[in-house]
Amino acid sequence: MKFLRRIIPDYWAEEGNSEEGLFRYRRLWKYSVSLTALVSLAPLIIMTVVNYYQYQKVLRVEMIHPISQLASNTKRSLESFIEERISALNLIIHDKSFEDLADQEKLIAVFGNMKNSFGGFVDLGLINAEGYQRTYVGPYELKGKNYRDQDWFHEVSLRGVYVSDVFMGYRNFPHFVIAVKNERAGGSFYVLRATIDAETPIQKIISPLDLRPSTDVFVINREGILQTSSRFHGRILERSSVVAPPFSSRPEVLEGHTREGQSYLLGYAYIERTPFILMIVAQPQALMKNWLSVRRDLIWFLIGSMVLILLVILWGSTYMVSRLREADLKRAALLHNAEYTNKMASIGRLAAGVAHEINNPLAIINEKAGLVKDLALLTEDFPQKEKIIKIIDSLLANVERCSTITHRLLGFAKRMDVHLETINLELLIREVLGFLEKEASYRDISVDFHIPEGFPSIQSDRGQLQQVFLNIINNAFAAVGEGGKIDISMREERDGDAVAVTIKDNGHGISEEDLKRIFEPFFTTKKEGGVGLGLSITYGIVEKLGGRISVESKVGQGTGFTVILPAQKTRF
Amino acid sequence: MALLRVLLIDDEEELVFTLAERLMLRGIEVEGVTSGADAIGRVQEKKFDVVVLDMKMPGMGGLEVMRMIRREQPTIKFILMTGRGSPEEGEEGMQGGAFAYLLKPINIEDLMEKMMEAVSV
Repeated sequence: MKFLRRIIPDYWAEEGNSEEGLFRYRRLWKYSVSLTALVSLAPLIIMTVVNYYQYQKVLRVEMIHPISQLASNTKRSLESFIEERISALNLIIHDKSFEDLADQEKLIAVFGNMKNSFGGFVDLGLINAEGYQRTYVGPYELKGKNYRDQDWFHEVSLRGVYVSDVFMGYRNFPHFVIAVKNERAGGSFYVLRATIDAETPIQKIISPLDLRPSTDVFVINREGILQTSSRFHGRILERSSVVAPPFSSRPEVLEGHTREGQSYLLGYAYIERTPFILMIVAQPQALMKNWLSVRRDLIWFLIGSMVLILLVILWGSTYMVSRLREADLKRAALLHNAEYTNKMASIGRLAAGVAHEINNPLAIINEKAGLVKDLALLTEDFPQKEKIIKIIDSLLANVERCSTITHRLLGFAKRMDVHLETINLELLIREVLGFLEKEASYRDISVDFHIPEGFPSIQSDRGQLQQVFLNIINNAFAAVGEGGKIDISMREERDGDAVAVTIKDNGHGISEEDLKRIFEPFFTTKKEGGVGLGLSITYGIVEKLGGRISVESKVGQGTGFTVILPAQKTRF
Repeated sequence: MALLRVLLIDDEEELVFTLAERLMLRGIEVEGVTSGADAIGRVQEKKFDVVVLDMKMPGMGGLEVMRMIRREQPTIKFILMTGRGSPEEGEEGMQGGAFAYLLKPINIEDLMEKMMEAVSV
């Protein structure tokens, strides 16, 4: 609760308070909070978002780079593997004459050399221009087979070199064929055709040791048929679940989805002069693991800093606006106080002036009437003598009544000398209560003191203070009914520079309307006998003693007067 | 021989003469004047037992008049009348050597009593 008060002002909840200014502070607080939040949170959010995308981009590049590297390296290896074998066949076909190659013994020797120098060869055959296999070395009985109508034979005869897809063929294991052609004098030609084991050597090339477990490297042909086995995308000669990517002479990386809808990162490279496409398929999930943890950290960081900043802003705004409001209220109270003091002083001067001017004629009336009475008393009986004397007595009584008022008015405004002495307030108030002892016991009114231990004595004027407390306690007595309670409490204020005495009764209370005018002269709620000067005189005395008097009251609950007096009188 | 010889000083003529008449009716020899200067003139010519005077008068104030008169007749007693409602002013007069003070408007019986007390001391 206390913490909440620190960040959200307590006047926020004061609904229905008619104090106009409150809305101003509320608005000020809102502006302060929203503006500061905007200028501090906006850059933070922008920075975080920019960072987020920046980081994502960098991570993507980092993810793609090894794949493209691997694709490029493996492409080169594969190409040189094929190239080496084409070159070997080319060397043989150009080095040896048709007749040499057509000699079975010689071809066996050549095949033996070739096999020893280059791995992967399975068999070797010589085919003449008619597609007829003249000689053959290898584990199968293929001599005399005619290839005349086969596509590869047409292609090699047209282009000079041919590399086939991987197939099973008669041999019943995955292999592919490289064929090269040599022109003979007279327009004829012959073809040297070798079969290469597809599985072992190529698998060796495309399976680097440090491959991630989630990454799959394999070869397909342009129709999407697997030319090697793959980890996740099918077995050799099956259709790959990843379709053949568009042609590019350089290694590429792209994102895609399998037929099953799984997303992947694909690095691929078309192998030159062959139908092969090298495929590197990586699972983004595995690669993204890093990124996800970074993203989580980033989001928590953002949330954390936002909460922290908001708390600081709320606290700061509340602190500032509250201080501002306090200062404003204090100033308003001071202004109000000064205004009130001025008003009281003017009324006092006016009252004194009027009282003084009236007092002299009143004295004359008094003497004239007195003289008439004297004369009447000295004269022998005359008609209605008694009645006249009675009238004059009434006149004199009313003059006295007037003079009581003028005397009190003059007293209200009079200049006083203050005689300072050390006063124990408790004793002083108990003395004052002594005057009212009889009334208290008669009406069963109880008076309780609440005084902290070691309550200090003060420097002030005894007589004046007696009058102050007599007035206030008198009023309290008047306010309470039979069995009423009066509480008198004291406490130190302003670090011991002042003391406060609160006199609280449980009487009928004072209406808000009356409370505003309670210290004005001639204001009274007493139906009989009250002139309405008691509290105004009290007010004047307390001011003169350098103190302050205030009142709080609730109708039906009682009234409390608080007198604050300086502990040491310093200004007069 | 009258009971008492009294000099009455107040700037309000009506008050002075009315009060003087009332005191005379009570067997007191009274002279009334309306300023301090006149009063001093009177005490130079005649002996008085008591001076009743207002504290506030135009020209010479009550306290000053009191001092001047005492110079002429040191044994004379003073009773002050004050128009201000506060006892403090009266106290000031007492400190200045007055025998008693009364608040205006005064009660004639109180005045008589104070005057008797004054001369009997």
